[in-house]
Amino acid sequence: MNARSAIGFRVERAGPLALLQDAGRFGVRHLGVTQGGPADLHGWAWANYLAGNAWGTPALEITFGGLELVAGQGLTVAIAGADLAAKHNGKPLSLWRTINLKKGDQLTFGTPANGLRAYLAVAGGFAAEAVLGSVSCVMREQLGGFDGQGNRLADGDELTITGPGSDNPEREAPASERPDYSAPVTLNLLTGAQIAAFTGKSIFDAFNAEWRVDNRADRMGVRLTGPKLRCTIESLISEGISLGAIQVPPDGQPIALLNDRQTIGGYPRLGNLTPLAASRLAQCQPGQVVRFRAVSIERALPEYRSFRSMFD
Amino acid sequence: MNGMANPTLERAGLDGWMVRLFDTIEEQNLLWLTALSHECEVAFGAALVDVVPSYTTLLVIFDPLQLTPCDVRIQLVNILARLEPDEAGAEGELHELPTWYDASVGPDLQRVAELSGMTTESVIETHSRQQYRVFALGFSPGFAFMGLLDESLKCPRLATPRAKVPTGSVAIAGRQTAAYPAVTPGGWNLIGRTTARLFDRNREGFSLLKVGDRVRFVGVSRTTFEKQGGDVTPVKDKVAP
Repeated sequence: MNARSAIGFRVERAGPLALLQDAGRFGVRHLGVTQGGPADLHGWAWANYLAGNAWGTPALEITFGGLELVAGQGLTVAIAGADLAAKHNGKPLSLWRTINLKKGDQLTFGTPANGLRAYLAVAGGFAAEAVLGSVSCVMREQLGGFDGQGNRLADGDELTITGPGSDNPEREAPASERPDYSAPVTLNLLTGAQIAAFTGKSIFDAFNAEWRVDNRADRMGVRLTGPKLRCTIESLISEGISLGAIQVPPDGQPIALLNDRQTIGGYPRLGNLTPLAASRLAQCQPGQVVRFRAVSIERALPEYRSFRSMFD
Repeated sequence: MNGMANPTLERAGLDGWMVRLFDTIEEQNLLWLTALSHECEVAFGAALVDVVPSYTTLLVIFDPLQLTPCDVRIQLVNILARLEPDEAGAEGELHELPTWYDASVGPDLQRVAELSGMTTESVIETHSRQQYRVFALGFSPGFAFMGLLDESLKCPRLATPRAKVPTGSVAIAGRQTAAYPAVTPGGWNLIGRTTARLFDRNREGFSLLKVGDRVRFVGVSRTTFEKQGGDVTPVKDKVAP
């Protein structure tokens, strides 16, 4: 914790799941330590940018809402991602833009109106001791977060910040960058891995059927239901799994693997969602319908690079 | 010494390649996987984000802002063409894990004995006699998949995993053995408990065991186990075999 850290917020009510996330934990996956980081990289990146922060600054990932905070000092903040009916001193506030709070101001989150996860960034960033190179909170691994032990926010917590931020931006995200998370969505997928071992009909179904987001969904992965996919390989010798991998266990129902996935696994895979497609899926509520579209690397890489270039 | 018959590269998203070196699990694979990890560090430097070795493969993750998949593929093909096994690492670091084999902390000892048609004493003797190699880390931080377990001890996973396996639990499943670094759910057969700290965020390198290391479980008495700081709390939950 650095000498300039101070109390940014007091947690009046923690709600179901609020986690501190920087860009993720890297360079330790060979030890079985997962990547962590924001499930919706897009929303997280915008929140930080709108608060005037550099890429990688720790921000809060608020899932399902229910969080109530009181500002411990005057703060510049921004909220991006899901619409969780956020209010500033009881009045609805605008997402996707810079907001100024006074000491004692209340920031509350209700229930999801659109999407699942909102990101709250504060100018200068939230402050916590890095564990294995990152503050990203992975509860399953008991790593990261404000206490370093992988705990979600709890009632009464005091959230430290590094700050105040050096500049006082007045920023707003363009409309094109504010997704309607409830709209039907097509997810870009880079094929690979064992795709050739799936039957022809299953490959057809994978890219032509509608897939329903199951309620068995968390930061590890999202189950999808639809036609049964068949692979001539039932299981493999376990191997590394990268972000967005679409694995198909013997029940034929795909699972998209997200930030807190296990580092190795042995089910056949169709390929990987692009990082932005994985982000988009992380905002889908159970019951929503998604489709997969195979994209080439020539399309996926420039799309990702252009996304990242907005935050340089 | 086996060689790499025909390594293949498979796309693993826009920032990764899966290098498939072997089709079967052999101890010798580890020398090639270690060598390839090292070569990737040299070749890609700061643009290398992660490498994940596992049994027969190496997953290579790079920074897609610094390198294109095409750049990395070309480099990997070049590296593979001149790759030599890491003979210096052939031995691997040897770790001895003090283990108290007992039904109270290893509630599946009896089941394993019945399945293998042995006494619990000979299960313990067979498990602790041999040296194991670490083939992969995964499942949870510092969880090492070790093998190969003696054929006579081969046993299926539990039908229903335990919700909480205590830290240090020594377990077997299939032809593999492992020790649980932290309290997690788990479906392996528990046969004892070690005092070794398998994952420590304050230790250089964090994980006690690394891919390629050698491990021996050394049976100790309850007194020694307790003296070395072992937790003798019995495993309580009963699960269906």
